[in-house]
Amino acid sequence: MSLFDHSIKELEEKLHNKEISVQDLVKTSLDRINEVEDKIQAFITIDEENAMKQAKELDENPEEKALFGLPIGIKDNIVTKGLRTTCASLMLDNFNDPLYDANVVEKLKDQKSVTIGKLNMDEFAMGSGTEFSYYKSTKNPWNTDYVPGGSSGGSAAAVAAGEVLFALGSDTGGSIRQPAAFCGVVGMKPTYGRVSRFGLVAFASSLDQVGPITRTVEDNARVLEVIAGHDERDSTSANLEVPAYTETLTNDVKGLKIAVPKEYFGEGVTEEVKEAVKSALKVYESLGATWEEVSLPHSKYALSAYYLLASAEASASLARYDGVRYGYRSETGKNMIDMYKYSRSEGFGEEVKRRIMLGTFVLSSGYYDAYYKKAQKVRTLIKNDFEKIFEEFDVVMGPTTPTTAFKIGEEVDDPMTMYANDILTIPVNLAGVPGLSLPCGFSKEGLPIGLQVIGKHFDEATVYRVAHAFEQATDFHKQRPNIGGAAK
Amino acid sequence: MNFETVIGLEVHVELKTKSKVFSPSVNAFGDKPNSNVNPIDLAYPGTLPVINEEAVNYAMKAAMALNCEIATHMTFDRKNYFYPDNPKAYQITQDETPIGRNGWIEIEVGGKKKKIGITRVHMEEDAGKLIHGDDGYSYVDFNRAGSPLIEIVSEPDMRTPEEAYAYLEKLKNIIQYTGVSDVKMEEGSLRCDANISLRPIGQEKFGTKAELKNLNSFSFVQKGLEFEEKRQEKILLAGGEIHQETRRYDEKTKETILMRVKEAADDYRYFPEPDLVALYVDDAWMERVRNEIPELPDARRIRYVKELGLSEYDANVLTSSKEMADFFEATIAEGADTKQASNWLMGEVSAYMNKHLKELPELAITPESLAKMIKLIEDGTISSKIAKKVFAEIVEKGGDPEEIVEAKGLVQLSDPVKLKEIINQVLDENEQSIIDYKEGKGRALGFLVGQTMKATKGQANPPMVNKILKEEIEKR
Amino acid sequence: MGNVISKEKVMHVAELARLHITDEEAEKLTDELKSIIEHAQLLNELDTSDVEPTTHVLKLTNVMRKDEPKEWITQEEAVKNAPDQKDGQFRVPSILSE
Repeated sequence: MSLFDHSIKELEEKLHNKEISVQDLVKTSLDRINEVEDKIQAFITIDEENAMKQAKELDENPEEKALFGLPIGIKDNIVTKGLRTTCASLMLDNFNDPLYDANVVEKLKDQKSVTIGKLNMDEFAMGSGTEFSYYKSTKNPWNTDYVPGGSSGGSAAAVAAGEVLFALGSDTGGSIRQPAAFCGVVGMKPTYGRVSRFGLVAFASSLDQVGPITRTVEDNARVLEVIAGHDERDSTSANLEVPAYTETLTNDVKGLKIAVPKEYFGEGVTEEVKEAVKSALKVYESLGATWEEVSLPHSKYALSAYYLLASAEASASLARYDGVRYGYRSETGKNMIDMYKYSRSEGFGEEVKRRIMLGTFVLSSGYYDAYYKKAQKVRTLIKNDFEKIFEEFDVVMGPTTPTTAFKIGEEVDDPMTMYANDILTIPVNLAGVPGLSLPCGFSKEGLPIGLQVIGKHFDEATVYRVAHAFEQATDFHKQRPNIGGAAK
Repeated sequence: MNFETVIGLEVHVELKTKSKVFSPSVNAFGDKPNSNVNPIDLAYPGTLPVINEEAVNYAMKAAMALNCEIATHMTFDRKNYFYPDNPKAYQITQDETPIGRNGWIEIEVGGKKKKIGITRVHMEEDAGKLIHGDDGYSYVDFNRAGSPLIEIVSEPDMRTPEEAYAYLEKLKNIIQYTGVSDVKMEEGSLRCDANISLRPIGQEKFGTKAELKNLNSFSFVQKGLEFEEKRQEKILLAGGEIHQETRRYDEKTKETILMRVKEAADDYRYFPEPDLVALYVDDAWMERVRNEIPELPDARRIRYVKELGLSEYDANVLTSSKEMADFFEATIAEGADTKQASNWLMGEVSAYMNKHLKELPELAITPESLAKMIKLIEDGTISSKIAKKVFAEIVEKGGDPEEIVEAKGLVQLSDPVKLKEIINQVLDENEQSIIDYKEGKGRALGFLVGQTMKATKGQANPPMVNKILKEEIEKR
Repeated sequence: MGNVISKEKVMHVAELARLHITDEEAEKLTDELKSIIEHAQLLNELDTSDVEPTTHVLKLTNVMRKDEPKEWITQEEAVKNAPDQKDGQFRVPSILSE
């Protein structure tokens, strides 16, 4: 049994009672990395030396704080002062010191969590399999022939493989929930505005959110309590009190009204996934909740609207990578324009360039109204769908992904088919509501299936309570991957 | 064929807030390169803009002073273009909802008043500075990147380069009064681009315009437009066609030179800035800002004429800068005579400023010292001639005129006994002049007055000298 | 709005985005963008004439900060990550030589 089979709460207690030390925890993390990282490939940067140094200091000056001394991983699109932040891109391969900490990193540092390293991802968070990393493909701990999902694939895999206790990810169209589902862990995309984006490298500002990936719902709630909250450096950060989420985990879902959109069980969703979610609904029934089939009529438009909007924003957000102030600069070409073009063409990968091209087209003269503005209007309709449902129901539930993890290299060439992976997570980003994925079953190949729980704006508390009740009533979260066949 | 010239101006004004518009860096110039920057100004990954409230207040104040309607709902947009001085490769600006619309200012050219429309006033951020080295490289300094700007776009209402000049003067004057900017073209806190086209008289449709850039002073704007007016006229008269192009004014050759031909409209791919939320401006906010706007030059000018009895000309000169007008009002508030204060400011003070190329606040003189000096003249303590000596002292080194007069013994000699004594000495030494005077030679009296003044080192009270001289000559 | 994506259009967009793309890449991108844009035609099924566009999902307004300058980084740090710099300035190929 690993230390990581304990919950955050248990470890906090053990540390406090001096049953274990921070150094024990950090060493457990580093040992585990030594053991499995070859197979998982979750990290871009491992900061072993600093982690051990910090652990020693913390053991000398113990404090009673949430998340104190816990070994964590951070997705490599969240900036860390003095620690290389690459966004898994050649463009930022040499970005050795971002000069400042993201708001969420500051908060974790205040709590004295120990950053073990920076986690792999799809380049600039664009992808669904962590295959579009400049560095490497991260593997799914449940079966290393399969992708861990993306773009926060490194974060989900590192948590699932027990390399770190928890990790931060980012979610623009499903990038926390989809890999959480594929790796059998818990991933939360909070309400837009709940967590500061200051220091999260922008992909699409109106959709991006940082969130925790953990092994259990309770752990997840514990982390969000720390990283959420108003930040005056992010104009879109909500100035609202953050509830003590861990205190709302009552297991009580009697009388809870669950909406189940029929659109989330449509074409492309496998029978295995449908069955697992339906079984989950039965569990809720047994716990005293009721569910009803509803319609989110504009769901089928979400995918296109999302790709137009997110790519348009990305085309501007990623324009700053020009080889002037930081990052990659090509030696090809002599003049200024060439420097721009070659730096950007060589520094960005194919998927990133595809989205920049799409976004630039969508915003270009003559097409703005037909595509960008149209998509913004469709976004309104999708948001309204949710608002209407939430007048009557407490949560919305469905699968997180249409299928379980796909094989590495298996995805087809057509981008639209590839993007369809995110079809069930995207509407949540467009509406800005919170969504969480937790394990609710396994496919016959032994790959995890995720249940998505969606709540009202800023009602993460209900989402956690509902997810936690299911988790307590089932054993899925206790399953461990058998990495590389070698049982631990 | 006769043509009518159509001119519109785009003016950028830098707002002098303490910090930048979307980042808390110091908003200042002249420091070493890249020393007033932070990760936000350098467009570091993950950084976000937050609006400086004072920049909005300043922009609103300027828009109000230019008689604009103020937007009650405002958003910001991204304007996308790549250039090394544009760190994010988009500029945050206001495309859809400028803070001000439909304003106007009144200009006066050749005694005729005319209203020039202002299409819009919008907020945006400044770019960095790109310096071209002679080593084949360019260098970028981002100190200026993110400084708050307003762009003021006029209607194509100007018909002559002279009107354009008057518009700029007036605009500068008004903005300077609001106190939101230094509006100094030589320091870049005011920048101007000009659009100019010609059309046959009577035609309603505008001709194809050229855009003039690199205009570094108001008079270059006028000269550039004058050159461009002639250039376009010549082409049109020869049956040619004007191309839509950007031209720059060359100060040496006094010509405009082609920079680039605009083939298609620039595609800036504007879209709403998702990192900033909307601003709603309610009546209370507008009132708060409106109350901070001081009396503007036109209103002041009218008041000086109507209430203070100054001539139109004097009122115009005094209100041409807020510093001058404020100084003037402070001087009369200290009890100085209105006409005297106006004369000294327009005369000696202005002459000193021009000679030493200094601004009013840089001078040692204060409204208190000027007022005191004027009072010393009025109560006869010093003569106007002595006053010039006192002025030289207070304008250069400052100080209290009374103390200066005292210390230097410059008090006017008005004691009749003493004067009589000195005058009799002068008369003793100049008997010929007495004879000349008695023979009716008027000049002789002037000579004797001069001699008396010389003998008293200019301190004698001139009217008294005149009076006593005549009396003493009669006695002889 | 059927077939708006052509290879010429793709080349033009690449120019706007400051991306150097080869002929081959341009052809591939043309097909890919075509597929995405074709899929997006689905949105035209919806009558959105009375629908307001959404830029922000939250109704946050008037978020501003006070006009207070804050020290953050030094000149040395400002150019720390620069690919090329000299005397505290970022150095780039001359904009004049084209």
